[in-house]
Amino acid sequence: MEFFKVRQPFNFMGWVKPVFTFSFIVSILSIYLIMTKGFVFGIDFAGGTVVQVKYDKPVQIDVIRKHLSTTQFASAGIQEFGSPSEIVLRLQNTTGDVTKDTAKQVSDALNGTGTFEIRRVDMVGPKVGKELQTQGTIALLVSVIGILIYVAFRFEWRFAVAAIIALVHDVLITAGMVSLFNVEFDLTVLAALLTILGFSINDTIVIFDRIRETIHDVKEGTKYQISAIINESVTNTLSRTILTVATLFFVVLTLFIYGGEIIHGFSFAMLIGIIFGAYSSIFVASPFLIWFGYDVAKAKAVQAEKRRMQLEKDKMRAQFEQGTV
Amino acid sequence: MTLKGAWLKTRWQESTRMKLNYRIVLLIIATIFGLVFSIPSFTQSSEGKKVTLGLDLQGGLHMLLGVQTDEAVRSQLKSIASGIKHFAEHNDILVEGISVQNDTVVFELLDSDDATSIDEQLKTIEGTVVHAAEGKYVLSITPEQAEKLKLQAIDQAIETIRNRLDQFGLAEPTVAKQGMDKILVELPGIKTPEEEQRARELISRAAKLELMAVDEERSMRVNDLSESEAASYGDKILEDALQPQIKHLVNEIPILDGSMLTDAHVGYDQNNRPVINFSLNAQGSQIFGDFTGKSVGKRLAIVLDGKVYSAPVINERIGGGSGQISGNYSVSEANDLAIALRSGALLAPIYMMEKRSVGPSLGADSIKASLLAFATGAALVVFFMITYYGYSGIIATIAMIINIILIIAVMALFGATLTLPGMAGIVLTVGMAVDANVIINERIRELLREGASIRRSIEGGYENALSTLVDANLTTLIAAVALYMYGTGPIKGFAVTLAVGILVSMFTAIMGTHGIFHMLMSHIEKSGKVNRWFGIRLERKG
Repeated sequence: MEFFKVRQPFNFMGWVKPVFTFSFIVSILSIYLIMTKGFVFGIDFAGGTVVQVKYDKPVQIDVIRKHLSTTQFASAGIQEFGSPSEIVLRLQNTTGDVTKDTAKQVSDALNGTGTFEIRRVDMVGPKVGKELQTQGTIALLVSVIGILIYVAFRFEWRFAVAAIIALVHDVLITAGMVSLFNVEFDLTVLAALLTILGFSINDTIVIFDRIRETIHDVKEGTKYQISAIINESVTNTLSRTILTVATLFFVVLTLFIYGGEIIHGFSFAMLIGIIFGAYSSIFVASPFLIWFGYDVAKAKAVQAEKRRMQLEKDKMRAQFEQGTV
Repeated sequence: MTLKGAWLKTRWQESTRMKLNYRIVLLIIATIFGLVFSIPSFTQSSEGKKVTLGLDLQGGLHMLLGVQTDEAVRSQLKSIASGIKHFAEHNDILVEGISVQNDTVVFELLDSDDATSIDEQLKTIEGTVVHAAEGKYVLSITPEQAEKLKLQAIDQAIETIRNRLDQFGLAEPTVAKQGMDKILVELPGIKTPEEEQRARELISRAAKLELMAVDEERSMRVNDLSESEAASYGDKILEDALQPQIKHLVNEIPILDGSMLTDAHVGYDQNNRPVINFSLNAQGSQIFGDFTGKSVGKRLAIVLDGKVYSAPVINERIGGGSGQISGNYSVSEANDLAIALRSGALLAPIYMMEKRSVGPSLGADSIKASLLAFATGAALVVFFMITYYGYSGIIATIAMIINIILIIAVMALFGATLTLPGMAGIVLTVGMAVDANVIINERIRELLREGASIRRSIEGGYENALSTLVDANLTTLIAAVALYMYGTGPIKGFAVTLAVGILVSMFTAIMGTHGIFHMLMSHIEKSGKVNRWFGIRLERKG
């Protein structure tokens, strides 16, 4: 089966202006959302207590809220969790007392609301939450810098910077969506952001690699515009890009649908990140190569020089091995 | 008949003209390796190394504990004070007002003739600075010593908690230091809230046993004294353990403490109620004997974690160094307390920094959910790959299955833990492994379209895809490593499966499928069915 039988390159770079404007606006909106609305931080980062309770039949949140209003858990946030018979209670406060039994207290307070089972009690103290926040930020920075260095080493600085801009764009927009849809920002969402970094760079590198190859194949002496080379490379990798993104998307979609409430945040962020990761490789990373003044002729000269050196080296080695030197 | 037989034989030889090559040999070895080491994990047999399920999947209690290290320094000061007091009494040196004030031990020497002997004694106490002026002594702990004591308190807490949990009899408890000053405790065996409560009480119990002298002179006034008034006499007001309204006035500096304890076990008193019998070491017995010999007719308070359990009158000198704690214990309470006493006291109190407890039913639900997601995702990918790429899709699928088996095997070998995010990591790896084969197959198709021979297209396809695949996988690996280094708990689990998945999939998806193609090469060339093998129809040129 084949989907893409296109032989003529699409003029992707011709669409750059409108598409780029879109990216720019969405990025700015994301920043705005993150700055003003912010995130609903989970207890991993904010500290607090979460109690997950499962009833034997569907329950009314309002009834439970009313029941708890006369107890010490009056201020608890109550939400449905995954199914109508399961709820979570969110408490701001934490306790350092090792022997204090929150499960028992909640269980006593809920007494009379039906048959239930306390399935999970998570408590994160404020100090640990702070630490997880710093560690998360460090993890993001370290991977971005690591990727920057790797790409700069394997390609050149312009590729590296363009790739990083695309990465920041993806993470920013994903984070913006997390904020917009009130998805709880917990450790799994952070993990998703880091995985998106990995996948997005994946897509970008596949295209960059193709660009390098196309430049390599361009015949000496022909006048070639970088935008034409990008168009050709993106077109050649298009079927791969779409196929991979589609498979990954469906895999994550199954996680999102069947993976359970606990990895909901993770799969939500991944869904958005995968789409934008592929999009940004084409429409964000590649145009930056043009704007950074990447010159095909110069690149070819460098490649030719490298080849010449390699040939020289091979010749020397051959001579050496034959004992002529 | 013979003709047909011969024909069949040649057909057979033709169709099985598969050449072994180093890639396929490696793939077969890897598959056998994978099967051998992953089977214990799939069957969850008791023998052999297997992937352990994280607490979020099998249920259990995860705690991160902090240590109030300042308390360790304070308790060391108290212990120094008690040592000086005992030394002075033993050698008939008159000292007054010995107490702990503002992180120092202060006392006054009444007879300056004893100065040399007390100075000698003070010199033997490590890590302290002594200021003495006109018989008034102030003894403080050096900052280095304080730091050392704090570190010791953490290590000692880890050791103590580990001892207690080992004796408690739970399956596979983990007690480890995390970072500089945190203690990670993981108890997979906990199933009910009651068990959890009992374990937490056992862990956090200070189990500090002190034998203290009752201040008989002022004991009558205990209900009228304030804390500070009591302190001014060098005394302390303690609650009774069984009847909290009763107060006891005791000497602030204990006669001896639990560090001199050698054993504690459950026994029964004359009413057949559980009690804890303890015995003291030689030094403890000596001090105990000296004190009781001098204090006949006075009372001795047995204090545990700041509460008085009993205060019997001393009838005679008690040698032998053993005693009894009686409270209204149930057998299991007495048992836990004996464990705590035997494992030693916590030098400093601990507090909860993070706690996650997952009930076994939730864990089972999570496993079910992620397996469903995994199966659906994998089925989708397989269906898609085979429809789109034909036989090369099947090859990619075989590689993917070996990939999953290998991930499990490698994780089992390293004793890694599989968490819920870790399961998500495996699902993602499946997607990534397939990506490698998509890239390779697209490259092969390109060359086929350009009119290259099948052999040349396959070889060229792998060659052209290689640099892309290496770059793409290594950069994802960078993100995984960053996650591993700075992540904790379940996130670390995700990073592990992602990293292992990337490395293993580079092997199976690139090398493994290449090997399979090599093995089948002459067969594919002979059949020439590009559509069936690679899913494309070539436009006939000319």
